[in-house]
Amino acid sequence: MHGTRILDEADRLMTVCNSCRYCEGLCAVFPAMEMRRAFSDGDLNYLANLCHGCGACYVDCQFSPPHEFNVNVPQTLAVARAESYAAYAWPQALSGVFARNGLVISIVAALSMAAFIFGFAALNDRSVLFGVHTGPGAFYRLMPHNAMAALFSAAFLYAIFALVMSVRAFWRDIGPPIGGRADGDSIFQAMRDAGELRYLHGGGVGCYNEDDKPTDRRKLYHHLTFYGFLLCFAATSVATLYHYLLGREAPYPWWDLPVVLGTLGGVGLIIGPIGLFVAKMRRDPALLDEQRYGMDVGFIAMLFLAGFTGMLLLLLRETAAMGPLLALHLGAVFALFITMPSGKFVHGIYRFAALVRYAQERRGEAGS
Amino acid sequence: MSPTSSHRADGMSSKYDVLVIGGGNAALCAAISARRGGASVLVLEGAPKFYRGGNTRHTRNMRCAHDDATEILTGPYTEEEFWEDLLRVTGGQTDEVLARHMIRESKDILNWIVEQGVRWQPSLGGTLSLGRTNSFFLGGGRAMLNALYLTAEKLGVKVEYDAEVSDLVIEDGMFLAARLKRPIKGDTEIRATSLVAAAGGFEANIEWLKQYWGEAADNFLIRGTPYNRGSILKMLLAKGVQEVGDPTQCHAVAIDARAPKFDGGIITRHDSVVFGIVVNKHAQRFYDEGEDIWPKRYAIWGRLVAAQPDQIAYIIFDSAVVTSFMPTLFPPIAGQTMAELAGKLELYPAALEKTITEFNAAVRPGTFDHTILDDCRTEGITPQKSHWARRIEAPPYLAYPVRPGITFTYLGTRVTREARMLMADGKPSANMFAAGEIMAGNVLGKGYAAGMGMTIGSVFGRIAGREAAKHARN
Repeated sequence: MHGTRILDEADRLMTVCNSCRYCEGLCAVFPAMEMRRAFSDGDLNYLANLCHGCGACYVDCQFSPPHEFNVNVPQTLAVARAESYAAYAWPQALSGVFARNGLVISIVAALSMAAFIFGFAALNDRSVLFGVHTGPGAFYRLMPHNAMAALFSAAFLYAIFALVMSVRAFWRDIGPPIGGRADGDSIFQAMRDAGELRYLHGGGVGCYNEDDKPTDRRKLYHHLTFYGFLLCFAATSVATLYHYLLGREAPYPWWDLPVVLGTLGGVGLIIGPIGLFVAKMRRDPALLDEQRYGMDVGFIAMLFLAGFTGMLLLLLRETAAMGPLLALHLGAVFALFITMPSGKFVHGIYRFAALVRYAQERRGEAGS
Repeated sequence: MSPTSSHRADGMSSKYDVLVIGGGNAALCAAISARRGGASVLVLEGAPKFYRGGNTRHTRNMRCAHDDATEILTGPYTEEEFWEDLLRVTGGQTDEVLARHMIRESKDILNWIVEQGVRWQPSLGGTLSLGRTNSFFLGGGRAMLNALYLTAEKLGVKVEYDAEVSDLVIEDGMFLAARLKRPIKGDTEIRATSLVAAAGGFEANIEWLKQYWGEAADNFLIRGTPYNRGSILKMLLAKGVQEVGDPTQCHAVAIDARAPKFDGGIITRHDSVVFGIVVNKHAQRFYDEGEDIWPKRYAIWGRLVAAQPDQIAYIIFDSAVVTSFMPTLFPPIAGQTMAELAGKLELYPAALEKTITEFNAAVRPGTFDHTILDDCRTEGITPQKSHWARRIEAPPYLAYPVRPGITFTYLGTRVTREARMLMADGKPSANMFAAGEIMAGNVLGKGYAAGMGMTIGSVFGRIAGREAAKHARN
């Protein structure tokens, strides 16, 4: 019927759920489902990315296993979601990366960090690499600022371009028949829904993870991770402005804006990913897409690594460890950037697009 | 607050203040209410944990009286209006004192049940007609049960699953102990000061149904779990508790014949009768498909199909109406011609063609509106289709095979306003209480209106628990 086994299963489940509808108050997936009587590949990928995996519909379902109807929406949509990343990936040549994502991410991260270490060692004198550098421009004695900016801009632009191309393919597949444009109100609604993780709430009582009790803290850890990431990104942006507009060179004192933002963000990027990892280890296997374990853990590890090396660099930047730590940190961040379009990072972009689509559909329904 | 005698090695005390038998809405409301009343409480649920809760698993709403619109209810539903609805659906077969008491108590249940962790939501898609009268559980009946179990366990209620009670020790209307069957650890006896029986009806007990329905019961499908066997009800009646309700009756709707024997729940139902015709295995119509408006048009078909040969019937309609009702779990069976459809349904093609031709010829013009008793009807055929009659003429032609789906039974134990069981001699039992389907026959002699089973369960569960705890304290 559909191209893949998992989409066939998702179709079967949505047919079961559409004749029941008890879960329609839990999240966005079921109201979106109710707007349809039949499901195309795009519809199913849309619903899969709308699902936040809170688990409530699994513990609330009278037909979940061991019932013979075998309704397991969170797991089925988790697998469908992961497969949709590969299906819409740009460049398509890299879509296979999603299948062995943990391995690929580890190799890229290792190579990237090694490249910076060896690069620093090859281009710098031993005394410079292990020297103590302080004051403005200290980092750039190891790697010229322009080289650093050029390399990271290239990686960043590649990531942005690849993400835009991927989400464009997704949007076209889930959108209205003739390539609909997202309106401002729907985008704003989706920003609010994503920003507060409105649908990661188990229908109101909290999410389910290890058992049938709503004791899950993933929402908190995700907030720490996500806002930690944004703060770090803001720190880098402010620092770039300082550099080019004010002519002030890093490193900055601890009280200065880039360091304050980066420190707060770094703390989030250390605690958040640890919390998410522990939650993942505890999650009921019935809810997990176990094949994609590597992709999830790989992304969590990359975020943690970026935060952790950044914080170490901040703490030890006035010692002889600064050079090697700078190399590790830059390596981690570089690997994070270039694997963004080919790893779990895309979940946020796809889910955001699905939320925009959902806001559009709701507005359309209210209007009709 | 702790069990009144020592704990044993298996964690089960040998004596509790209140023993609750059953694990659905009524049982949990009773357990919570008794525990909040200061009693030590043990719940014995006969089903495994996943299937806990009997028919509550498949419910989705509760009918409670309320004087004003609320966040989730679109308007007031007064006690008097509730009473009139009850009177209508039961045809007067109800205990007015008990029923009015329940309706009055139902008002406070709207809040009490929320205090026990249950959450409401506005009426579900496709159930707009219930938006004023019925409060829907967020996430459905199993979500409601999960919340009640969570609250009960937090309060210190002990719950045992797979706990099959094999006998009750009752002397002179006084409960003394229950015998618990345990295949591995060996049988054990559990004593308690009060008993709350909330163990449901016997709809899953095919042998018992056969006493009234004969071999036809073999063709019934059971909408709930296989654990609703009525064994506690049978023991109580055998030990001198007064019975109430017609033992031969059960609530049945037409559900898809492809549904599993047990526990198909809500999703196997069909509400498409009004959009077509219904024929039996001889391809003959047998009842007016347009007789009455929802919910009657839905609820009568189980019994009608049960009376047909082999307890099977087919809803026949065409492609023009297929999007007029909710999407169904099982897809309709389709044929480009009536003969092809008949072949797939294993009906005699000429007979089906004749029935359709006669029906189509009898349809008079009118303005179709399935939300009212419209003027689309047939003339000159028997049985008539008195509303919503339109020609079946847009191929592919479609059909759903249906069988009787048994929801619940009416036989129960007679109770007082305190949910206290009455003995056959008319004396109230000293320490035995009943709540839920096992005593629903007191207020619901026949018929049904959506959400009423849950009202009976919560209201009498709460009362039974409170009274059982009060007895245990004295």
